[in-house]
Amino acid sequence: MREIQVKEISKIIKKLSIEASTIANDELIKKIEESEKIEESSVGKAVLKQLLENIKIGKTDKTPICQDTGFTVIFMDVGQEVSFVGGSLKDAVNKGVSEGYTEGYLRKSIIKDPITNPKNTGDNTPAILHTNIVPGDKVKITLLPKGGGSENMSRIKMMKPADGIEGIKNFVVETVKNAGGNPCPPTVIGVGIGGTFDYVAYLAKKAILRDFGDRNKDKQIAKYEIEWLKEINKLGIGPAGLGGKVTSFDLFIEVYPRHIATYPVAVNIQCNSNRKKSFVL
Amino acid sequence: MSIKLTAPLTEDKIKDLKIGDEILLSGTIYTARDSAHQKLVDLLKEKKDLPFDPNGSVIFYVGPSPAKPGQVIGAAGPTTSYRMDSFVNTLLKVGMKGMIGKGPRSQEVIDGMKKYCGVYFGATGGAAALLSKSIVKAKVIAFDELGPEAVRKLEVKDMPLIVINDCKGNDLYVEGQEKWVEE
Repeated sequence: MREIQVKEISKIIKKLSIEASTIANDELIKKIEESEKIEESSVGKAVLKQLLENIKIGKTDKTPICQDTGFTVIFMDVGQEVSFVGGSLKDAVNKGVSEGYTEGYLRKSIIKDPITNPKNTGDNTPAILHTNIVPGDKVKITLLPKGGGSENMSRIKMMKPADGIEGIKNFVVETVKNAGGNPCPPTVIGVGIGGTFDYVAYLAKKAILRDFGDRNKDKQIAKYEIEWLKEINKLGIGPAGLGGKVTSFDLFIEVYPRHIATYPVAVNIQCNSNRKKSFVL
Repeated sequence: MSIKLTAPLTEDKIKDLKIGDEILLSGTIYTARDSAHQKLVDLLKEKKDLPFDPNGSVIFYVGPSPAKPGQVIGAAGPTTSYRMDSFVNTLLKVGMKGMIGKGPRSQEVIDGMKKYCGVYFGATGGAAALLSKSIVKAKVIAFDELGPEAVRKLEVKDMPLIVINDCKGNDLYVEGQEKWVEE
């Protein structure tokens, strides 16, 4: 067994929290630059230029690129030969989030009691932690600060098997259409198909972790990713919803086997800052 | 060419604005979002004073990130506006003239802007570090306990905005997008 001190996890999560909110990924910068060339609407182009300028300011001033530094969602692939020592893994994760959001001057957006008490937890904890046991002795941590505006536009639907792939496509495109300018387009679209009510939403969120252009390994699904993105970019929503050709940067589909009676689909929308940072320990 | 405007606004300053007009806004504005709107409207119901003069006011829907030492404010981009829709007409009625946010408004809000002559400005969602550069002063004036949702008084200089809904009931989201739809 490989022993890992949980305090190492706290340190990594603290660092990833700050970096994810203030330093845009290179692939995002490249994508916005490419989109600025493709976009034909002048107001759309102007918005994309603002986003590039914003990213530069964020990096120089170490200021978050978006004020909504999100709900901290953490995906952890844990090698089954790893043993965590020195305390609770969950506590260590939350300690990292707390320190990162406090010392990094990130916004704390979490309300303790979702129903009655609008009291902020004060340090953006608790995080949402997804652990996945995998072979090996490594731990891969991916941190995704998820903003509320784009999360609000995400949808889930238990469709009928008879609705077929066409029905799913229509639901995905309709969801993006109805979202309009709300989720800060150009967006990234994560689609989950299959599994159960809970699992399909997880798949959709996992889908937005993929890098631009990293198509699904299944050739048919990869084709759907390209086709549906094309459909979405015909909607005319454009950057910031002001009209244009670039409504979404990319679309990713993750699938899982389904029950004979069900056909679950989830669409998770990610905003134009597409924040995510990973580290392998 | 951008149009320079100074807040507080008056009907005279905004009645000729058209959707798509690029604006550079200076002057005094206030921040409020979800919980703060509920509290503002509750104060009006109880016939109490608001923490700021609503007459000619501009409300920016934002919950900024904390300022670092030496900074006026942290990142400060718009939050999605539709969540504030149900409170808007009450505020327009007491003199609010402008709103800054992102995303479409309900018909009720668009009708209210027409009735009371108000304007909805769009700021680019996701350009929060850039927008914070146009904020030169910031001070919490009410509901400090709400943290990022507290009401702040901001002094802004040339904040880059675009007119989404004007006094005449037009909507840039609808008209802007229609041009680019491919069948």
